[in-house]
Amino acid sequence: MAETSSPTRTDARTADAPTRREAYEAGVRRRANRIALISTVSVVLAIVLLVPLAPGWEAVQRAFFNGRVFAATFVGLLDAFLLNVMIFAWSAPLIALTGLVIALCRDARAPALFPLRLFGIVYTDIFRGLPVVLVIYIIGFGIPGLGLPRPWNSPYIWGTLALVLVYSAYVAEVIRSGIDSIHQSQRSAAASLGLSDRDTMRFVVLPQAIRNVVPANMNLFIALQKDVALLSFIGPVEIFRQAGVYKSLYANFTPYVGAALIFLALTIPATRYADYLMNKQNRARS
Amino acid sequence: MTAKLSLRGVRKRFGAHDVCKGIDLDIAEGEMVCLIGASGSGKSTLLRCMNLLEPIDDGTIWLDGQDISEPGLDPQPVRQKIGIVFQSYNLFPHMTAAENVMLAPRRVRGLSRDDLRPKVTQLFTRFGLGDRMAHYPDQLSGGQQQRVAIIRALAMEPQIMLFDEITSALDPELVGEVLDVLRDLRGQGMTMVLATHEMGFARELADKVCFLDAGRILEEGPPDALFGAPREARTKAFLSRVL
Repeated sequence: MAETSSPTRTDARTADAPTRREAYEAGVRRRANRIALISTVSVVLAIVLLVPLAPGWEAVQRAFFNGRVFAATFVGLLDAFLLNVMIFAWSAPLIALTGLVIALCRDARAPALFPLRLFGIVYTDIFRGLPVVLVIYIIGFGIPGLGLPRPWNSPYIWGTLALVLVYSAYVAEVIRSGIDSIHQSQRSAAASLGLSDRDTMRFVVLPQAIRNVVPANMNLFIALQKDVALLSFIGPVEIFRQAGVYKSLYANFTPYVGAALIFLALTIPATRYADYLMNKQNRARS
Repeated sequence: MTAKLSLRGVRKRFGAHDVCKGIDLDIAEGEMVCLIGASGSGKSTLLRCMNLLEPIDDGTIWLDGQDISEPGLDPQPVRQKIGIVFQSYNLFPHMTAAENVMLAPRRVRGLSRDDLRPKVTQLFTRFGLGDRMAHYPDQLSGGQQQRVAIIRALAMEPQIMLFDEITSALDPELVGEVLDVLRDLRGQGMTMVLATHEMGFARELADKVCFLDAGRILEEGPPDALFGAPREARTKAFLSRVL
């Protein structure tokens, strides 16, 4: 491509013109995009053409992808989803706070605080070791069974407690890993300035630790948003339960698909955002 | 002679590894002592023992005639009197330079930000960082970060300053600005102990240079004597490698 053989002339091109390397890489990129497009189109075509050929397709389509049922139930589902959002909205701060307290319990070093430490260990072991739905059943049916008066027999209270117990155990572990990730030299620096252990934790270690574990905790909270649906087993008519009601009413499964779409509309952007934060953090570290 | 800080028979081991094997050292008020020696000879550990970041296994450390190496002694008052600056700065990355400096005086000495601001501003200005107070550590060069770390230690108004190879992590062109800070402190009569590889600097300013080898002070003396006419073969060998 060079018209002159003189090596001193390589800077003769104008500033905007792509370098040889840039031109080559643009070519490689174009080719990769073309192949990806062809490959994707053929896979999608194959699914669209082949799946309807399955013998049960007509029945499945009627039962799960019924436009009329979808239109009739979607607003009702959205309405019910508000309840999920509300349960999430009051559970999340409680979980964050409890998780932090449990993490600090587990990190307590003073001998007098050993019971706290033991409590933290037992707590995280138990609640990370149980299926969420089991805790919801035991607490959600068990505690109101004590014969508490209104409003203390509300499944909202005890369902929330169950979610807080389970999820704060996970959050506590994540925060603790964040605390462990802060280099010893930061503690040394704080100690050398005469800061107490408490102040070192509060002003030096914890602010950095919490920042480091934001992405990991976001993933937990996305999982929580989904698990709110489990409270339907003890009473609240949230979206999953509402979809079940519609299913019986219309004798059709389409409301479940509608509910799934509503969940995805929230969880996919949230997951993407958490991934973005995680990548940003990884880049900052390397 | 009454020393500000005295070490007698100080021993420190990590597991099976003896890092300090009985160190005797006296540091007089206003004196600048340089510890030299190969990596792993025990310089850093010795400094960390002096302000009780590492508990010593045997021996005694006296500060103004008080035994500060007594097991169970509260280390915090001692650490306020003996500041230390680390090779890797160890600034708190989530705080501005000024907040880094003010944290310990606020929490330990109970001063308010308003109390501190004039003095802190004056320290930053004195070390050429007057316009960097609101910057975060990752917005500062290595030399600037290290100067902030020095200011942070000075803000506690220590009586002794320990410097643990504070120029070793710096690009060569940034070493000078940090050494200037040390010269300044020397001029103010600060009592200082440095672990250093800057032999020229040690020779220029130190009152006493100690050569550490395998956990012992093998040779010590005024810089001209130690650098000019070392007695020990190992000192000679070390100096011929680094000079």
